[in-house]
Amino acid sequence: MPEPVVAIVGAGPAGLRAAQVLAEASLRPLLIDEGHRAGGQIYRRPPPGAERPAAALYGFEAGRARALHDLADALAPRIAYRPGTMVWGIAPREPAGFDLDCLGPEGHGRIPVDRLVLATGAMDRTLPVPGWTLPGVFTLGAAQIALKAQGVAIGRRVALVGAGPLLPLVAHQYAKAGATLAAVLDVTPLAAKIAAAPRLAAMPATLGKGLWYTLRGAVRGLPVRSGVRAVAVEGDRRVEALAWEDSRGRRHRVPCDAVGASFGLRSEAQAADLAGCRFVFEPVTRQWQPERSAEGRSSQPQVYLAGDGSGIGGADVAELQGERTALALLADLGRTRDAAREARLDRQLARQAGFRAALEAAYPYPHHIVKTIADDEIVCRCEGITAGALRRAATERDAREMNRLKALTRIGMGRCQGRVCGHAAAEILAQSLQVPVETVGRLRGQAPIKPIPLREPV
Amino acid sequence: MSGLFRRLATRPGATVPFTIDGVQAEARVGDLLISAILLHRHALRRFEFGPGERAGYCLMGACQDCWVGLADGRRLRACTTLIESGMAVVTGGADA
Repeated sequence: MPEPVVAIVGAGPAGLRAAQVLAEASLRPLLIDEGHRAGGQIYRRPPPGAERPAAALYGFEAGRARALHDLADALAPRIAYRPGTMVWGIAPREPAGFDLDCLGPEGHGRIPVDRLVLATGAMDRTLPVPGWTLPGVFTLGAAQIALKAQGVAIGRRVALVGAGPLLPLVAHQYAKAGATLAAVLDVTPLAAKIAAAPRLAAMPATLGKGLWYTLRGAVRGLPVRSGVRAVAVEGDRRVEALAWEDSRGRRHRVPCDAVGASFGLRSEAQAADLAGCRFVFEPVTRQWQPERSAEGRSSQPQVYLAGDGSGIGGADVAELQGERTALALLADLGRTRDAAREARLDRQLARQAGFRAALEAAYPYPHHIVKTIADDEIVCRCEGITAGALRRAATERDAREMNRLKALTRIGMGRCQGRVCGHAAAEILAQSLQVPVETVGRLRGQAPIKPIPLREPV
Repeated sequence: MSGLFRRLATRPGATVPFTIDGVQAEARVGDLLISAILLHRHALRRFEFGPGERAGYCLMGACQDCWVGLADGRRLRACTTLIESGMAVVTGGADA
């Protein structure tokens, strides 16, 4: 019997560790990477010509980044690596398996696979704030990628706004690289972080890292503020200032020409949707994610999940899950199991899960902001659909569910397919209807999940 | 002309000539198209559905905010495309 074809979608920490395990088992997995070089976003490698020393690029994570990049290089002869290749469609095959519709350097291609490991990662989670569509407003992740992949800052005077551990990290990296920071604003209350501190302390290495960034920030005199209630980007044709209201209701305004703002992370789960995976609502982070067992199995027998694409856990968890889910896949193929290795990974993952819960409690998604979003504010960046249009569809046209809202307003139908606006739109709909956000559901994924040029023959 | 982005890490390597709306500009080998443009300009394109301009948003190929046109008819996602010598970017009048 020929060996099954296993494809891994995504070459970040989770995808690379899964590839390692499958290569060790001589399966020669197909590793499909939308990026041009393996490493994913967190350990993103600059393009050739833009390389810089790992310590300068990744700071604290330089060791882990280097290890993963070395792994990618070492795996090259034992895997089929497809860089610059986007999976835009996944269709089931009879009697089992999937066809992957891909667009890569050689154009379109359809790849039949028997089993799938989805390690599709995450992107910044955003909420509309006044002025957020002005040129010069980016996500925090974008601010970090500009620095890591290109050695550039998103502006000359940069304000950073966030609700997650990425905020102090990016602030620290920008300060260290010599960028000018106008303000660093955390919209989550300090009280949440103090309440979560004992549980965070159970993870000494990571807490040490967070404190280190905070301390370095303080040493450099960064204007860091917690508990910020509201922010607004001001400017005519471009970013000119950031206005904000502090925890005591006082108003401030700092001149700047760029803003990095986002509020945690959202799973990039559209591929899992196309593969038919069942989704569950995760109440702490208020998002729908593909259901994943502790061993990495989805609700679909041939589909495995690892990393932030099926639950936000960060890079270290992604590596562990990539390894664990690949072991589950090998077990399902009837390969000899390594019980000790599985048990060790399960222990490490359980420990990380406790820490992650504390981190999420320390940085709650500031969904209450949707109440303050004005009716004329753009929610859908792709097509300019406003909060007012969504609210009217809810109250006047009886949209009670996200896909109905999409049909009525086109929300989630633009180029990004709801990646940027989906969560905010769900919160706005739920708030208009006065119902819990999980009851309005989620936007269903549709192929193509990213734009494909029409001139390419499909 | 100074742009939105600020280069913090200067690096050796060849320069790459390209144009923005017919004006000669210079990038470095390894620059993404978005960096190449925003080191000179404050926006990438006009917004098609209303007033205003856009300069990209997520830089990881997810938000689709940074699609730009070239004079040869190609449309490219600027954050996942490397600059190439001779690219003729057409912003449609953004940040003119």
